[in-house]
Amino acid sequence: MKKRILYMMPPLVIAALVFFGSCKKGVIDRTTLYPVLNPANIDLNADTWKPILITNASAFNVAAPDAIASPAYVADLNEIKALQSNLSSDQKATIKYWSAGAVLRWNEILRDLIAKHNLPPYQNADGSYPAPNSANPFAYPQFPFSNPPYAARAYAYVSAAQYDALVAAYYFKKLYNRTAPYTNDPAVQALVPKSALPSYPSEDAVVAGATVEMMKLLFPTEIPFIEQKAAEEMQYRLMAGANVRGELNAGQSLGTQVADVFAARARADRAGKAIGTSAQWALLPAHATTRGDQAWISLESPQRPPMLPLFNKVLPFLFDTLTVVKLRPGPPNMAGSVAFNQEAAEVLSYSKNSTRGQQAIVEFWADGAGTYTPPGHWNAIAADEFVKQNYSEVRWARNLALLNMAEMDAAIVCWDTKYFYFNQRPSQANPNIKTLTGIPNFPSYSSGHSNFSGAASTILTYLLPDRGTKFTDMANQAAMSRLYGAIHYRSDCEVGLVTGNAVGQYAVKRAQTDGAGN
Amino acid sequence: MKSLPLFLYRCCLIFCSCLAFSEIASAQTDADALMIPKKFYCAGVLYTNSSWTNYWEGAYKRDNGNIGKLSTNIYTLIGNYGLTNKLDILFSAPYVTTNASSGTLAGQHGLQDITLTLKWLAFQSQIGKGIISMHAIASGSIPLSNYEADFEPVSIGLHSKSVAIRGLVNYQTGRFFIAGAGQYVRRNDIIIDRNSYYTTQLVYSNQVDIPNANNFIVSSGYRSLRFNAEAIFSQTTTLGGFDIRKNDMPFPSNTMNATTAGALFKYSFSNSGLELTGGGNYVLKGRNVGQAATVFGGVFYLFDFNKKTK
Repeated sequence: MKKRILYMMPPLVIAALVFFGSCKKGVIDRTTLYPVLNPANIDLNADTWKPILITNASAFNVAAPDAIASPAYVADLNEIKALQSNLSSDQKATIKYWSAGAVLRWNEILRDLIAKHNLPPYQNADGSYPAPNSANPFAYPQFPFSNPPYAARAYAYVSAAQYDALVAAYYFKKLYNRTAPYTNDPAVQALVPKSALPSYPSEDAVVAGATVEMMKLLFPTEIPFIEQKAAEEMQYRLMAGANVRGELNAGQSLGTQVADVFAARARADRAGKAIGTSAQWALLPAHATTRGDQAWISLESPQRPPMLPLFNKVLPFLFDTLTVVKLRPGPPNMAGSVAFNQEAAEVLSYSKNSTRGQQAIVEFWADGAGTYTPPGHWNAIAADEFVKQNYSEVRWARNLALLNMAEMDAAIVCWDTKYFYFNQRPSQANPNIKTLTGIPNFPSYSSGHSNFSGAASTILTYLLPDRGTKFTDMANQAAMSRLYGAIHYRSDCEVGLVTGNAVGQYAVKRAQTDGAGN
Repeated sequence: MKSLPLFLYRCCLIFCSCLAFSEIASAQTDADALMIPKKFYCAGVLYTNSSWTNYWEGAYKRDNGNIGKLSTNIYTLIGNYGLTNKLDILFSAPYVTTNASSGTLAGQHGLQDITLTLKWLAFQSQIGKGIISMHAIASGSIPLSNYEADFEPVSIGLHSKSVAIRGLVNYQTGRFFIAGAGQYVRRNDIIIDRNSYYTTQLVYSNQVDIPNANNFIVSSGYRSLRFNAEAIFSQTTTLGGFDIRKNDMPFPSNTMNATTAGALFKYSFSNSGLELTGGGNYVLKGRNVGQAATVFGGVFYLFDFNKKTK
């Protein structure tokens, strides 16, 4: 028996080595590798930058800070020193996480919530679909269903509110000119790069305050999660020696006040009615049939009402509602026309013969259910680039606001086009057209991905000219991915890019005149 | 009685448990106590059809009008060579096609993963009137093509490299046998075409942590030199992963558990070296898998590379 065991040992040892040595495990999230934000330029003149909605920063209520010599301020400093005397590894990880930047991390949190809530409602037993209800957000389906138009609008409001809040914060920073805790007390360690920017009110707190307030409207079921994140961020500023509590309280208050301006706009921007009513849905097919075209029908089973058919009525940020109509492209190819048949045949050929490389492009840009949506994808692309730029927080917010206002307005213009023409998807025209990704539940023309990508690439190329054609190339690829995936005709993609670019130009125009420079 | 050990020398055997969403058909080509003698080679082809209409979204069982019936056809080349009387080497290479009967999602097809297996008869002894044997089985699989894993439920597999070890105990008395096996599968992370995805949170990577898995099998039945008939119960459990959210798409790193019951039949034609195999199984209970009904049938042929002495 002993001999037998000895005989068994070598193969067992070899097997064990092969077994445990052969497997690769360990996913690294690239956002954990982002460096500490150390702005190349603190943009001290940002109080003069043109805000989006607010008109007069001095109208907000930010009380004068405690004097440096006051017992209240000394107590605030002592709170930091007590924290810093005993930092756990978890607390150090919190510092590392948030020190990459407040605007960046809140943008990521928003993307996470968009992906979490981007699930189409499951049907009722009778084949109808329930709709989320903002008045009863916890009932299934939870509010919101953060589909692409909803997501585009959410990114825009959060980014724009953060930007205006920071512009207002700069006004008070310069007004009160409070120096940072580590400057006032050598016993306070700076665990983030020191900044010459006055620290009252805290820009991190302003961003958090504005975001929390907007999210109450946009993601009402996530308030505890969001508030916990905000509390963690405030704790980070204290632990890092970057702000005293008074600076955080003032910042959160200012952020909330500014966000209330945006929340008031959001409540009245008509997005709440974008889902439409069954009476309104019934009128949509005539948009196509009166032109002699084939009207869109839902390819889902059971058939689902079209996604947010009245999103075209939502108030844009960068232009007025008349411009939405002006930006609407001419009609799509009519069903049965030679051009239509040619394009449908091309879609069929991609359906049957897409290469593995094209399939990879389809998957990379799919951004369908359960993802952060195409606008979220462009936020992720922008964030990966912006971290290399060492922007100040206010420039981060301004650039993301420009991007996301362009995305929201692209959604409005695209949805206007889709429901104005209400034409069929390729798979409706020819059921042999099978798709390489899920088929979206709204009309075909023009492609949403192409609109979003055209708008995003236009503003990003303006903001980062040294990237050359990088963003344009990505946008072209994103647009073509919808043809490769056999869910769009070529003209949907090409026209969508043109319209998206036109929307993006409005963001560029704003960027050229907002006082922030490039 | 002296011929009893012969019952344990046999052509290679396969039974498929198609845990679609992701086919892991090739993972179970080695879960029996049968060995092929030294310098014998057994080659075969196996056809498998598996389909489901209902699936479990977490614990919730549902159908999906945008999928209809998801059918998978698998054509597997199988080989088994006796390195010694106590050590066999096996391979299996499946070609897989999928099709959804409803909705627009395009069915996929391609060569899936090749599995190489070393099967070692570690111990064999007469106990009472029967014979007990223990096998140690090690296998590894690698994808044979660059198929798309991140296209559930129509993708043809997980595209993960994996290694597995299995222990198998078999007891046979007369023509009755009972066997139990336990397997642990370690699976590599996979690379997908996206650079972010949502599990229970957003992950910014193109790498996906595929959960490891274990598998337990109990089988029992009749086994003679010519004919084999057995019932098989199996339980596959992923060690980790996450549930499909309500009305979300499935994802390669989902938890995928399944309890199956099935039967397997084999018949060997005397002296000709020809063997026929057939059987099927059904998923009794699952989590984030389809309730698949699977049938398979195969033809095998035994080649003798020993010097002819007849």
